[in-house]
Amino acid sequence: MIGSLLTIDAVLIVVAAWIVVGLAGIAAVRYPGFVAHGLFPLSAALSAALCGIALAALPGTPETAILAIGLPGLPFHLRLDALSSFFLFLVGIASAGISIFSAGYFRRGEGTPAGVMCMQYHVFLAAMAMVIVSDDAYAFMVCWESMALSSYFLVTTNHRIPEIQRAGYLYLLIAHIGAIAILLCFGVLQANTGDYTFANMRAQHLAPFWASCAFLLALFGFGAKAGVLPLHVWLPEAHPAAPSPVSALMSGVMLKTAIYGMLRVTFDLVSTPIWWWGVVALSLGLATAFFGVVFAAAQVDMKRLLAYSSIENIGLIVMAFGLAIVFRAYGMRSLAALAMTALLFHCINHALFKSLLFLGTGSVLHATNERSLGKLGGLMRFMPWVAWTALAGVIAAAGLPPSNGFASEWLLLQGFLFTGALPNPYLKMLVPLFAGGLVLVAALAAYVMVKFFGVIFLGRPREERLEQAQDAGRLERLGLAWLTAGCILLGLFPAAVIEAIDPIAFSLLGQGLAQGGRVGDWLMLAPVSAERASYSAPLVFALIVAIVLTTFLAVRRFYHGRVRRAAAWDCGTPFQTARMQDTAEGFGQPIRQIFEPFFRMRRELPSPADERPRYRVTIEDPMWAAIFVRIAAIIEWISGVVGTLQRGRISIYLLYSFVTLVALLLLTQA
Amino acid sequence: MNLEGILAQATAMVVALVVAPLLTGWVNVCRAWLQGRSAPPLLQPFRALHKLFWKESVIAHGATPLFRLAPYVIFGCMLLASMIVPTLSTNLPLAPAADAIALVGLFALARVFISLAAMDIGTAFGSMGARREMLVGFLAEPAFLMVLFTASLLSDSTSLATIVTTLGHREFTILPSLALAGVAFVMVSLAENARVPVDNPATHLELTMIHEALVLEYSGRHLALLEWAAALKLFVYSCAGLALFFPWGVAQANHRTALALALPALIAKLAIGGFLLALIETVMAKMRIFRVPEFLATAFLLGVLALLVHQLLGA
Repeated sequence: MIGSLLTIDAVLIVVAAWIVVGLAGIAAVRYPGFVAHGLFPLSAALSAALCGIALAALPGTPETAILAIGLPGLPFHLRLDALSSFFLFLVGIASAGISIFSAGYFRRGEGTPAGVMCMQYHVFLAAMAMVIVSDDAYAFMVCWESMALSSYFLVTTNHRIPEIQRAGYLYLLIAHIGAIAILLCFGVLQANTGDYTFANMRAQHLAPFWASCAFLLALFGFGAKAGVLPLHVWLPEAHPAAPSPVSALMSGVMLKTAIYGMLRVTFDLVSTPIWWWGVVALSLGLATAFFGVVFAAAQVDMKRLLAYSSIENIGLIVMAFGLAIVFRAYGMRSLAALAMTALLFHCINHALFKSLLFLGTGSVLHATNERSLGKLGGLMRFMPWVAWTALAGVIAAAGLPPSNGFASEWLLLQGFLFTGALPNPYLKMLVPLFAGGLVLVAALAAYVMVKFFGVIFLGRPREERLEQAQDAGRLERLGLAWLTAGCILLGLFPAAVIEAIDPIAFSLLGQGLAQGGRVGDWLMLAPVSAERASYSAPLVFALIVAIVLTTFLAVRRFYHGRVRRAAAWDCGTPFQTARMQDTAEGFGQPIRQIFEPFFRMRRELPSPADERPRYRVTIEDPMWAAIFVRIAAIIEWISGVVGTLQRGRISIYLLYSFVTLVALLLLTQA
Repeated sequence: MNLEGILAQATAMVVALVVAPLLTGWVNVCRAWLQGRSAPPLLQPFRALHKLFWKESVIAHGATPLFRLAPYVIFGCMLLASMIVPTLSTNLPLAPAADAIALVGLFALARVFISLAAMDIGTAFGSMGARREMLVGFLAEPAFLMVLFTASLLSDSTSLATIVTTLGHREFTILPSLALAGVAFVMVSLAENARVPVDNPATHLELTMIHEALVLEYSGRHLALLEWAAALKLFVYSCAGLALFFPWGVAQANHRTALALALPALIAKLAIGGFLLALIETVMAKMRIFRVPEFLATAFLLGVLALLVHQLLGA
């Protein structure tokens, strides 16, 4: 039977092996050293294997399988096509780095024993992989819920801390609100046939009204998981609460499963999108991206800052999703393929650089026990490994050439720019406005990233004890290096990446970007034509390196290379302390001032007469007060009204039963 | 890639390296004239560079390698930018490596590096400068992109060479979208090059400086490279503006004669542009830093308006 082993079987073997590793973790719960140094590296190897399998499956034909587990008569239908292969690749490449990092990180264990965490962690990984290969609503929902539950337990690893309990509860709540919407979406998609396989859903042709219902439910349901406005509130709570490798996994990988769901429903199961869906997604995406980046700039907790930055990136991805819908709805398939390629490319870039940055914060947290930006600083001197790898992540997250973040944003902007052929004049006006919003968000992302890197790693240590900070251990370095290498390689060879993901656009849209030809060679990326736009990451990188080296040597050849160390000049200030640097609040102050209406700020400003002047500013999410607090109030009011029925006396309840019976009798009589 | 192309590329690079400090010198000369001072020699920037290169570099205790790497990277970014903007000829072999969006990306890369380097030493002025630089940048960058997008939509390409070729072949009419984009471009270039209404290149008054605060800790060859990079940035911005709004005279064929004629045309255009810059700097007062976001938001909105006008009128 080995000869007939399908690729999908290989995927299932990896998933099963993950479960075994998790069970081994439970069995070895008394030996945390073995769990950390034995099981997690093994799991990383499995992730790397999954990477290879998925890469091999990408250009192949779809494969299906039926797994007879679960309820009788309701087996799991599985399918591996180009789209799921890509997302499996994403899971594999990011989790390989995160798992090897975890091997070093969890050697001490946190609130939960390492063995139990190992179980939760691998169930989480397996559930994400299974979500991606599920081919019926039942399997999808089971795996989706396993993913939500296992990640809930991971978020509440330090479950004795009240804030973390609260964060976990909020996460679980919003995950389930989303899950209900997804369930309803599948209910609409099966169109009263009672057959919940995706194959059946693909075969249905829904009326525009029902198709729109399905789309909006999917956008809401998957948006809740992805962190789309206004359901993003769990992200900045859950990410700081979770241990850093888990934050990396959730932010880098789990958010992408939601994007996968959106793509699957919109382009595969419904398959004929309507143009205004795109406008909804574009507006929602821009609002999410803008809100995320502005809030990221004002944060003073490093993991919360990254969480808001993830919201921003999800916003950008949803914008690309909207653009792809618009183009697809008007039958402009090659432009839709361009937007789709940008979307997928940005998904994998974000998975890599955000995982990298979250892991970096994990190392900082372990070395200093400090999450607040205001108490860090100068760590590049003591933790060079973490700092330099984080710098690569920061450059990618800020979208600077020649990084991978720039390549995907470049593609996306190309998509936004060439909308002249759109038949709808209003859309023609709207889309460039979205492009304007997009570049504003991208530029603000650079601000956020300079703040993140500058305050943590540069300057002087704001506390004395930071000087004892230890650099990351060997396994942690390996994990960081893996993700850094991914960022750099994807950035330097974007044309190869685009060619690899072209089958997806082809299978979903009926047309790829390369269209039989090539999108340029390895050196030059030219998605449409060389006259229209081209970008060469290897050339840009090589030229900058060449100029830097030539200048370096020329200065030494014609002049000299002498250096003298002295105290900092600072305009001649004789007395300088670390407290004179910008704080994280200070660095974000211009953004707070410019975008003041977006924030709910509480300030404590000292008056000149104060004996002990105290300056404080706290920032709150306005969505809380605007939406969630109100909904909570309405629900409380309704429960209050319903509560008046409950009198606590048995005679009253008997009366209710009597009245109900009479009413039912009357109804059946009529 | 042929010999002519390599020749054009090499000429463009040498011209950028030589003309950039000259342009800075020329602006200083004009400003001195307009303000009734006796002018420094035109070659003063070269003398300053030469002097700085000879001086030893004094580096603060605790500076990381990032601090020493940054000047080279910034110089590299600016020199690369000068190689992809069609200054003399549109036939540049390296131009396809980066289009208009990548050009803005290169400026952003340089800006992030200078800001990080300024934060590295951990002085009050350094971090203040970094914050202000990023503040100016996050508004100026989208505004500049909007200007470039307008030109891209006009020529249906983001490649700078194609834009210049297309715009250079149209008859001389003032397009409303380009006029709006032009105003936005002037505002952005003043801000990005640390010029008067936003920053004062001649100041060392602590509370007003942006660019000077960033390079405060640098000395010797590092400072020389940063100053040279700043001059290159002004040159690249000027050339980008000339290429977008006055593309006439840029050589579009592989003729050495066209290339030879393009140089005097470029120098004449730059001389006029430099004089106008000095005039703006003389008649305007520096704004408070809190007003800068308004100034740049205006530029951004003008850019967006240019884009909309183009979509509405098709012009």
